[in-house]
Amino acid sequence: MSQESGHYYVPSPSTYPITGSCALLFLGFGAALSMNRIELGYGLLAIGFAILFYMCFRWFGTVAAESESGKYGLDVDKSFRWGMTWFIFSEVMFFCAFFGALFYMRNLSIPWLVEESDVLGQTFWGSYAGGWPTTGPGEYDAFTAMGAWGLPAINTLILLTSGVTITFAHWALKEGRRSALTKWMLATILLGLTFLFLQGYEYVHAYNDLNLRLDTGAYGSTFFMLTGFHGFHVTLGTIMLIVIYFRCAAGHFTPEKHFGFEGVAWYWHFVDVVWLGLFIFVYLM
Amino acid sequence: MAAVHGDVHDHGHGDHHPTGIMRWVTTTNHKDIGSMYLWFSLTMFFTGGFLALGIRAELFQPGIQILEPELFNSFTTLHGLIMVFGAIMPAFVGFANWQVPLMVGAPDMAFARMNNWSFWLLIPAALLLVTSFFVPGGAAAGGWTFYPPLSTQGGLGVDMMIFAIHILGASSIMGSINIITTILNMRAPGMTLMKMPLFVWTWLITAYLLVLVMPVLAGVVTMLLTDRHFGTSFFNAAGGGDPVMFQHIFWFFGHPEVYIMILPAFGIVSEIIPTFSRKPLFGYSSMVYATASIAILSCIVWAHHMFTAGMPAVGQLFFMYATMLIAVPTGVKVFNWTATMWKGAMTFETPMLFAIGFIFLFVIGGFSGVICAIVPIDIQVQDTYYVIAHFHYVLVSGALFSLFGGVYYWLPKWTGHMYDEKLGKLHFWLSMIFFNLTFFVQHFLGLAGMPRRIPDYALQFADFNMISSIGAFGFGTTQLLFVYIVIKCIRSKEKAPEKPWDGATTLEWTHLPTPAPYHSFENPPVVK
Repeated sequence: MSQESGHYYVPSPSTYPITGSCALLFLGFGAALSMNRIELGYGLLAIGFAILFYMCFRWFGTVAAESESGKYGLDVDKSFRWGMTWFIFSEVMFFCAFFGALFYMRNLSIPWLVEESDVLGQTFWGSYAGGWPTTGPGEYDAFTAMGAWGLPAINTLILLTSGVTITFAHWALKEGRRSALTKWMLATILLGLTFLFLQGYEYVHAYNDLNLRLDTGAYGSTFFMLTGFHGFHVTLGTIMLIVIYFRCAAGHFTPEKHFGFEGVAWYWHFVDVVWLGLFIFVYLM
Repeated sequence: MAAVHGDVHDHGHGDHHPTGIMRWVTTTNHKDIGSMYLWFSLTMFFTGGFLALGIRAELFQPGIQILEPELFNSFTTLHGLIMVFGAIMPAFVGFANWQVPLMVGAPDMAFARMNNWSFWLLIPAALLLVTSFFVPGGAAAGGWTFYPPLSTQGGLGVDMMIFAIHILGASSIMGSINIITTILNMRAPGMTLMKMPLFVWTWLITAYLLVLVMPVLAGVVTMLLTDRHFGTSFFNAAGGGDPVMFQHIFWFFGHPEVYIMILPAFGIVSEIIPTFSRKPLFGYSSMVYATASIAILSCIVWAHHMFTAGMPAVGQLFFMYATMLIAVPTGVKVFNWTATMWKGAMTFETPMLFAIGFIFLFVIGGFSGVICAIVPIDIQVQDTYYVIAHFHYVLVSGALFSLFGGVYYWLPKWTGHMYDEKLGKLHFWLSMIFFNLTFFVQHFLGLAGMPRRIPDYALQFADFNMISSIGAFGFGTTQLLFVYIVIKCIRSKEKAPEKPWDGATTLEWTHLPTPAPYHSFENPPVVK
């Protein structure tokens, strides 16, 4: 490839990275101590999150300012595109690990446990029928699995709709219709928040009414870890949307150049696609 | 593409940089960051080396001498983790930082600030690993592969290890995205993909592997963490999970990880051999395709680490044949290196010695790898010293020797001074002798049935263990010589020749002065 014109912007020395590393130092030690219920850990965690939040706020703020002042040429824009693409790929692989665990348990380890219980009988955990949903052969309280056609179906509609509204916002941005842009952004954010609220409501319902908990064997583990990490990513995506909303409102982005917007839109579509995987493999099947 | 440096832009008057320690803390320069990576990895190499010598001291003779069994287990565990994640991987990233922009004609890495963060994340992770020795319960002791149920049982040290791995993973993913983007987007005009130096190619493929598997490692340690503290049942049969599932997910990361540590080594060797043979690399495109094939195959062979863990025979057959298939592209590489040397006007400076040593010893490690891939043999040698010997031939005389070769090869370009050739050769020969003294005998120990990860052993293993320990202390001491040579080179007053290697053809030798200026290729070279 060739770049006949334009300048590649190399930022000047910066204190943001070391600030972020200090945050991770606090978070790493804080998390390890907190997990073992050592009180010092909670304080370290809080400090770590505070520094991390400050660092993100300042760092992304600087990037936005640099972008708006025209320092980023087309080459930098292209770098951002590659960077975001590979970042989303790494996120996909993270979810693959958990989907892999779900498939392994359902198709391999649980049928194997049924075979073992047939052979070993009482010296095992007694007779175990397997199937799905299951808590495994150990002694767990009875629970009810989460149905697919209540809130999850509604949530599917909400996320799919938000994928449409953010596309409308993108079209508005490209055509210079700024007020439509902010309106569609706002709609997307509200849909994201509604999704999160319903997901929270579903968790309360699971714990209170269905006796379905994180420690409810294989089903509880995979259900909460998969939907939980997805919900965490939706939360991040919503925060990103809110940031982009304020940038749109402040007059950032041009119809030609708006990678900040596009990157967040890509991310939003990514959480959307992961949700479809969840809806099919966690809720439906 | 011309480069604009932020400082020039902001202040309008030449370079303005923080000095002293703040230069290194805040730098966005790929050369500074590359140097920091290399010094960090050298420090961790000696930390991991200290642990290795602790292990070898304990194994010098039968009985418990120095290390209690629990501490011995922590030593083996942290030796592995520190060498893999703290020494070898950061060293190659340091090379990528220094060399990729120079070799593709780019002004810097694509994301210069994030580049700094990738490096400085290593420090909290290293602190978590090293200080875990001093917390109640001690450091993780379940082996560097931290299989459950052992790893669901440990104390605070295991959690510190888990979070260290999380931070290292974040660092690796950011570093890899940076390298991929730099290679794909910032090559000089005319440098097509198939004109890139092989070192750049191997790093492109390595970075792809890292982005592919590091998130999976993050996933599996997260499952371990929730199994430990939040009652999930991923690796607990009572809840429908399976400890063997951990091994599957871990090795889906772990086997590509092996190639992550060896592909950049292939790249370095593929730069050194043509230079000192004064011939272009034989079979360049087949080298690229072989590297890509190794990377793809590496993703479908993971269960050869688990032949004894319980697996259907069909699975064993598949993973055995898939593993043996990797010998084909690897054989292509070895053939090409040899063919490059064939009828070349060869000279044997230190980098070339390490490259040839690499080929010779890596082939031994490769062959013992094929032997381990055969199921009935693997069932015999699983968890014995044969496996230890195998992967140290790949990682020490493979990855580490290529790193030494690469350091000697590029030191003149980096520092502007020549290293002491006599001492360099001495370093090579001492390393060569002591390495083989340490690890060759371990093949015999393994075949005779000595298990790995044990502090004591039966009397019939005593002689070989003593030889191995003597070799290890020799090898460790020899590396102090390496530090001396590097420092002597940096401090030297004598200027290196502009192009000390007359056979070198890559951009950093042909288009840049020696030493490479702080900002290079602000205006890109044109590659024909």
